[in-house]
This record gives sequence, structure tokens and C-alpha cells, in this order.
Amino acid sequence: MMNEKIIEALQAQFGEESVYGIGESHGILQVTTAVENIVPMLHFLYAHPVFKFQFLTDLAGIHFPDAKGQELGVIYHLHSLENNVRLWIKAYAPIEAPNFPTITGLFATANWMEREAFDFYGIIFEGHPNLTRILNMDEMDYHPMRKEYPLEDATRQDKIDELFGR
Amino acid sequence: MSEIALVNSPNVGLDKTQKGGPYVNELSTLNLGPTHPATHGIFQNILTMDGETIVDAEQTVGYIHRAFEKIAERRPFYQITTLTDRMNYCSAPINNMGWHMTVEKLLGIEVPKRAQYMRVIMMELARLTDHIVCNSILAVDTGALTGFLYVYQWREFIYEIYEEMCGARLTTNMGRFGGMERDFTPVAIEKIQKLLKELPKALKEFEGMVMRNRIFMDRTQNVGGISAERALNYGFTGPNLRATGVDYDVRSLNPYSSYEDFEFDVPVGTKGDTYDRFLVREEEMWQSLRIIQQAMDNLPEGSYHADAPHYYLPKKQDVYHNMEALIYHFKIVMGEIDAPVGEVYHSVEGGNGELGFHLVSDGGRTPYRLKFRRPGYIYYQAFPEMIKGTTLSDAIVTMSSMNVIAGELDT
Repeated sequence: MMNEKIIEALQAQFGEESVYGIGESHGILQVTTAVENIVPMLHFLYAHPVFKFQFLTDLAGIHFPDAKGQELGVIYHLHSLENNVRLWIKAYAPIEAPNFPTITGLFATANWMEREAFDFYGIIFEGHPNLTRILNMDEMDYHPMRKEYPLEDATRQDKIDELFGR
Repeated sequence: MSEIALVNSPNVGLDKTQKGGPYVNELSTLNLGPTHPATHGIFQNILTMDGETIVDAEQTVGYIHRAFEKIAERRPFYQITTLTDRMNYCSAPINNMGWHMTVEKLLGIEVPKRAQYMRVIMMELARLTDHIVCNSILAVDTGALTGFLYVYQWREFIYEIYEEMCGARLTTNMGRFGGMERDFTPVAIEKIQKLLKELPKALKEFEGMVMRNRIFMDRTQNVGGISAERALNYGFTGPNLRATGVDYDVRSLNPYSSYEDFEFDVPVGTKGDTYDRFLVREEEMWQSLRIIQQAMDNLPEGSYHADAPHYYLPKKQDVYHNMEALIYHFKIVMGEIDAPVGEVYHSVEGGNGELGFHLVSDGGRTPYRLKFRRPGYIYYQAFPEMIKGTTLSDAIVTMSSMNVIAGELDT
């Protein structure tokens, strides 16, 4: 019910071509959009008289090495406390230029969430007040959650993945 | 500041309060933490002080970062339960069961009523331990040690119940996908009944000692307050949000594990200050006791786990005598069970807020991406704003009442 209305409102506001990848998972609606639509979309949903998505539950980075040109993604998890509706907005950017706009102007809580996504995935949030590493040490020169970094030491000979079903 | 520095200071003998006078405003830097006993965990705050007033604070986190999200991408689902223990270690069963419910959502397992009620009981016991720790330590930080000793032995007692249910005390690894690993033993039931009878007395005693205590009230009222709008903007959840007057509780808004069967109140505060946070936690303990009482009275008969042999680890004695159990035991332990493709989010009301698990599965034996929504990480960033303009002693009390757990914050 609510989810269909949200899709309708988003498509009316931003055009049908910029709201895609629509899906639902256990009642949570998800949409994908282009990076430049993120800030207007979040502002639109925040100020909308009915939806009132005014709570940012989470912001997660994600890496798909096989999706060429769309390797790095950000999942914005919004929650409308009044309607008790959750919404995931996803956007992807190429790994060579993973630039996303910051949303710290709208949600103060995005500050550390964006720093975490920068720290682990190297996603650049343009306009962030203090985009530095947060959980890893400052001297680190790579972004460890990217898929190309194996968890275990790759030079070890005694751990054969096949034997462990990996 | 050494004595020589004081003598050399241009402010010696000058009146600070006189406007436009010769007093020079000197700021000093103070390192609070990372291993200061009053911070209860490894937190560093670099405070800029004007005398005893805090002008600014810069936080450093990540001292005990253990890369749980990265490790989780290589571990089979069962082995991730032990990672969740080590996040909010003051209420480990809530983390365990939140994770189990997330995976059950992905797999589509229906959990029997009895297991759901047992989970509720264990989760509410965990909430009791969490709040006992937070509130009694808050009293200790204001100088009242005695009350802490009254209630802390009951936390110890709850750990004995954990021990009866899973064999461990702090990092519990309790439950399985599909239910619990064992039914309530007679000893566990006896202990829970004893707790329900005896803990209210200790709580009353504690409240009588602290709640209307003049010193405690002076130290905590109007200290470290935050408005409801700012708290929502900062992503506050749990008792810290409810202290500001917003009645968001995952248990009542999105009931999981049969919380809709129980009658309980969601206490809210008005000002969002340290005293309100204390009162909200205090009342939540009474509500937890109420929920446990209802769950014990109406504990349904039936199985304590779902019939899901692919995912539920079989009993050890069956493994020795039953072929199927041996096969499933091997497959589960070796992590050869594939999960379906999907993306789920599940959140539970943790000890200090909404604890969420965002799980992306690509159909393999491990998660493709697992994001923990740790409430402590999210609301701790508001700390500088809450302590600006207050004194150092207020900052200590504010931090204590926010219930930030280092393990959860740093994953």
C-alpha cells in the first residue's frame, strides 16, 4: 500500500527513468537511483507531508567487483517513524571515481556512518566536514572491506580453500 | 598545569568575570581516556577546556576494532553468532538472538511459540543485566558505591541462569537457528522464579537509595541533555531516545519473537538529560520483570526448536546414534549449508537501542555483506554536542548514562 504510493510519488517527482531496481524484501521497499538524485530525493522524502522519512537508520557501503562501472554502492536505510515504513535507497558509482554527495546537512547521524563507509570502502563523500578514517588507523593505505582484500594471509599454504568448502 | 606555569600565567590575580578586563582567555587541552577508569571502556576524548568548562571535544574511536564485518564475510552463518556476543557484551543474548532471527528471516524458518517465549525471557534477562550495569555504575560515578553492590549480585545471578541455559556467562553464544539449543532445566526455572521474587526487593532498595538522593539529583538533573529533534537527527534509539520523550521501541513498533503477546509499558522522559535516562532505564527494568513474569506464566508447551534439520544443529547424543543427525551435524559444522539469495534487515531492541542486522546473501555459505547497525556507534557521535559548556565531572556522568559499550562501538 504505502510502498506503491512511495514509488508513485518518487516517479512523479524525479521521472520514471531515475527510479529503478524496485523490489521488496520482507515488506521493506528498495529503489535504486543515480548518485546525483540522492540528496534531492532524501530531502523530498524528509519534507514530504505524508511519508516523513526523517530517521536515518543506517548507511552501508557495499562492493560488487563484477558490476563494471557500478562497483561501489551505498545503501541508505530510511525509517518513517510515524508510518512505521522502512525504505532502502541504493546508488552505485564506478570504483575509479566513487564520489557521493554527503547527507550530513540533512542527518547529523550520517557523519560517522559516512566516515565508516569511507574508511572501509573508500567512498568519497563530497562536502563532508571531516572525512577521515574512523575505526582503522590513519596510516592505513587501503580500504579493507573491498572484495579484493582476502581476510586471511594469501601466502599461507596450509589452508586449502577446497578442503574447507570455500 | 604545573605551579611554575601558574606563576608565569598572565592571568594570576586577575578577575575572570570582569568584562573587557586584562584577563586573557587561555584554553587548555585535556586527554580524557583512552584508558581512564571513568570512561568504562576504551574511549578517547580530547577536550579543550576553559578552566573547568568544556569548550570542545574531539573523539577518537576504534581502539578495539576487530573487523567483525570483514570476518563475517568469510564465516558460515553459525560461526557469526560468536562475533555478535562480543559486540554489546553486557547483553550478549540479545545480540545472539537478533542474529538468529535475521537468518531465520532469510531462510524462512518458523519458530515454535515455546522457543519464542524462551527467547523473550532470555532477552529480557539480558536487558536487566544491561540496565543494572548502566544504572548502578552511573550511581558509582556520582559517588554512591553502596547501591551498586545491592543490585550487582543479581546480575551475577542472571549470569548463573545463562550458564544453566548455554554453559557460558559473558559471551553466551546462546540459541540456534530455529530456536534454543536446550529446554529450560528445572534449575533454570527455579532460578528465574527466585529472580522474579527477589530482584524487586533489591531494585526497590537501590531506588530508595539513589533515585531521590539530593546529591545524585544535583549531579544528574539538567546535565547532558538533548532535545528530541536533535536526538532523532542523530539517530538515537533505545532508552537514550525515550528519555527525550519519543516512544520509539522496536519491541512495540515492530514486534518480533511474540512480543505482541505481552503487556508492557514504554516509559518516556521529558528532558532527555542524565536523570531522565536513569529513570527510563529504571522503569524498563520493572517492565522487563513484568514481561518475564507473563512469559513464565504462559509458557506454551511444545518443542523448543523448529523442525529445520538443515539449519538446526542436532543434539549431540543423536549425532552418535542417528545417521541423519550425523550428516547434518557434519554439514552444519563444516559450513556446507548454502543460504538462499536475498537481502534482509532485522532489528531488535538491544540493551541500548535498535540493534540491526543488514544481511546481503548471494546464495553462498557466508554472507556477501553483513552490516551491523550498532546503536552505540550511532549515538556516541552526539557526545561532544551534549557536553559542550558543561564541566568535566558532568561529562563523566553523561558518558556513563549514555551506556556506550566499546565492543559494540568498534565492532
